Amino acid sequence: MLYREAGQFKSTYGQDQQIFPIAQDRVAIFALLAFAFVVVPIIGNQYWLAAILTPFLILALAALGLNILTGYAGQLSLGTAAFMAVGAFMAYNAMLRIPHIPIIGAFAIGGLCAAAVGVVFGLPSLRIKGFYLAVATLACQFFVLWAINRIGWLSNYSSSGVISAQEIVILGYPVKHAMGKYLLTLSIVAVMALAAKNLMRSETGRAFMAVRDMDVAAAVVGIPMMRTKLLAFAISSFYCGVAGALYAFCYLGTVEPEAFTLDLSFRVLFMIIIGGVGSILGSFLGAAFITLFPIFLNLASKAIEDAFSVELPHAMVSNLEAIIFGGLIIFFLIVEPNGLARLWQITKEKLRLWPFPH
Amino acid sequence: MNFFLEVLAGGLLAGVMYALVALGFVLIYKASGVFNFAQGSMVFFAALTFVSLTERGWNFWLALAVTLAAMVVLGMLTERIVLRPLINQPPITLFMATIGLTFVLEGLSQLLFGSQPHGLELGIPDVPIEWLSEKWNVNISQFDLFAAFVAGLLVVVLAVLFQKTRIGRALRAVADDHQAALAVGIPLQHIWTIVWAVAGCVALVAGLMWGVRNGVQYALTFTALKALPVLILGGFESIAGAIIGGLIIGASEKLAEVYIGPMVGGGIESWFAYVVALLFLLVRPEGLFGEKHIDRV
Repeated sequence: MLYREAGQFKSTYGQDQQIFPIAQDRVAIFALLAFAFVVVPIIGNQYWLAAILTPFLILALAALGLNILTGYAGQLSLGTAAFMAVGAFMAYNAMLRIPHIPIIGAFAIGGLCAAAVGVVFGLPSLRIKGFYLAVATLACQFFVLWAINRIGWLSNYSSSGVISAQEIVILGYPVKHAMGKYLLTLSIVAVMALAAKNLMRSETGRAFMAVRDMDVAAAVVGIPMMRTKLLAFAISSFYCGVAGALYAFCYLGTVEPEAFTLDLSFRVLFMIIIGGVGSILGSFLGAAFITLFPIFLNLASKAIEDAFSVELPHAMVSNLEAIIFGGLIIFFLIVEPNGLARLWQITKEKLRLWPFPH
Repeated sequence: MNFFLEVLAGGLLAGVMYALVALGFVLIYKASGVFNFAQGSMVFFAALTFVSLTERGWNFWLALAVTLAAMVVLGMLTERIVLRPLINQPPITLFMATIGLTFVLEGLSQLLFGSQPHGLELGIPDVPIEWLSEKWNVNISQFDLFAAFVAGLLVVVLAVLFQKTRIGRALRAVADDHQAALAVGIPLQHIWTIVWAVAGCVALVAGLMWGVRNGVQYALTFTALKALPVLILGGFESIAGAIIGGLIIGASEKLAEVYIGPMVGGGIESWFAYVVALLFLLVRPEGLFGEKHIDRV
């Protein structure tokens, strides 16, 4: 009853092609954006904004980038964290070396540099496929971290390779508080997510999906393989690079190269697997799950300690967390291999028919 | 020249150690098409179980037998709990499941046996062979040679298992085509259980060798990352490829470390192997001995 498209007639091509063709979806997305932009900053406290919501949004953006590459274009990559590192360090250098550059410009430069690195390491994808490619992207992961550690120029010759992100200034106003950083992150993520949603409905997106489903067939029908694959790497790395820059400027503040290890790549990969491969919404759901789950586990272990008034050893708790986390991933894959986005889709289909079963 | 030879020999022997880990990957990939990321944590689990048992005063052979049994049980459980419900899923899903398994195994082994590093002794000293260093001035560790011998033995045993036995034929049939194998009456589940159990045993051997070399500690799980370039270089489906890939990677890595490393500031061993493997892949996309795939629309 609530969610039904009956009676919504489309009389122009424009209406037919809009991003959210169903009126309820449009209302929902505006409500969600309004909630995120207005209500959350009012009700959220410092801890929630700085330690949970901002990293969630940033990691969702990185997951979105990986989803474009892996979910839409079908190229498995384990180098996400490396692209993020490139974005973070190049944004830092842009701020440092280009006078009066706006922060958005620095983020864009970080993203573009990451895209360039992505194209270089995407070149092998023209020859190799599948797990061979996944392992090849590991080369990117290790090489980039090594280069950042070795090339002093990148970290402005700081002795430990650690950089401190500069203060963010937008139109003359310094952004210092968690709320400002949250809003900046949210704006960038919202714009880029909408752009991604649109891009995936365009010719480019369809070419990506054709390559994913069967690249030989795609080549036969005239999709240029080299351009499509490299474009997928470039766009994906751009998203990851911007996410990395945000990670440095809006979340960490002080960045060491070790913040971008293989572990981070795997976390982002988990996000798209749990959220849903080949789904924009899935990137957000997965990021929410992976960010919130450890916090939930922590609370649970505290609750158990309080309830039985025992002191669990720290090592035991962290090992148990790893076991539960791994077990849950396996459980998720078995129960819903298409991720949380698929659950949402099923819910929507049920809602359309509700309250009738058929 | 002597120095070059010493580095080369050291590299080749280190390559054998990589190949030991890569073998476990190849076994599972060959028989089930699963890229088992958990191999590294299986190595860790096996080595930690063994060393904890011996430190509790267990006899060497008893500890070995119990650890072997544990690895077999682990393989069976993995097949039953993780793989069987995931039959017919795309390879990336299975790959992700094995990453989940990695977390479980790492947590489990440290929960059971603690996370402090252990030393491991197998009774073969890790010292240079005297007559070689006296006569040729080349230092080659006795233990490295032993490890190479073990790896060779393992390859022969596996080759015989795959080529000559009934189980081996079934394994190859399953690797070729799941459905055809099922159709002629090969029990897929049993085969997978066997493969995972055998991979567990290979992990134990690799864990012992690596444990003696670097101590049994959490860093053992990273041996998997060392084995990956070996794997793509040799080809996922080839046991011989694992050994030869290991030798190439080991030798080139050590040589590069000594001769190229100083030029770019050192520390290149973290990525050099991958770049070597990548260059090989550009020429042969399926690795040296991998099966050539013909794509049809």
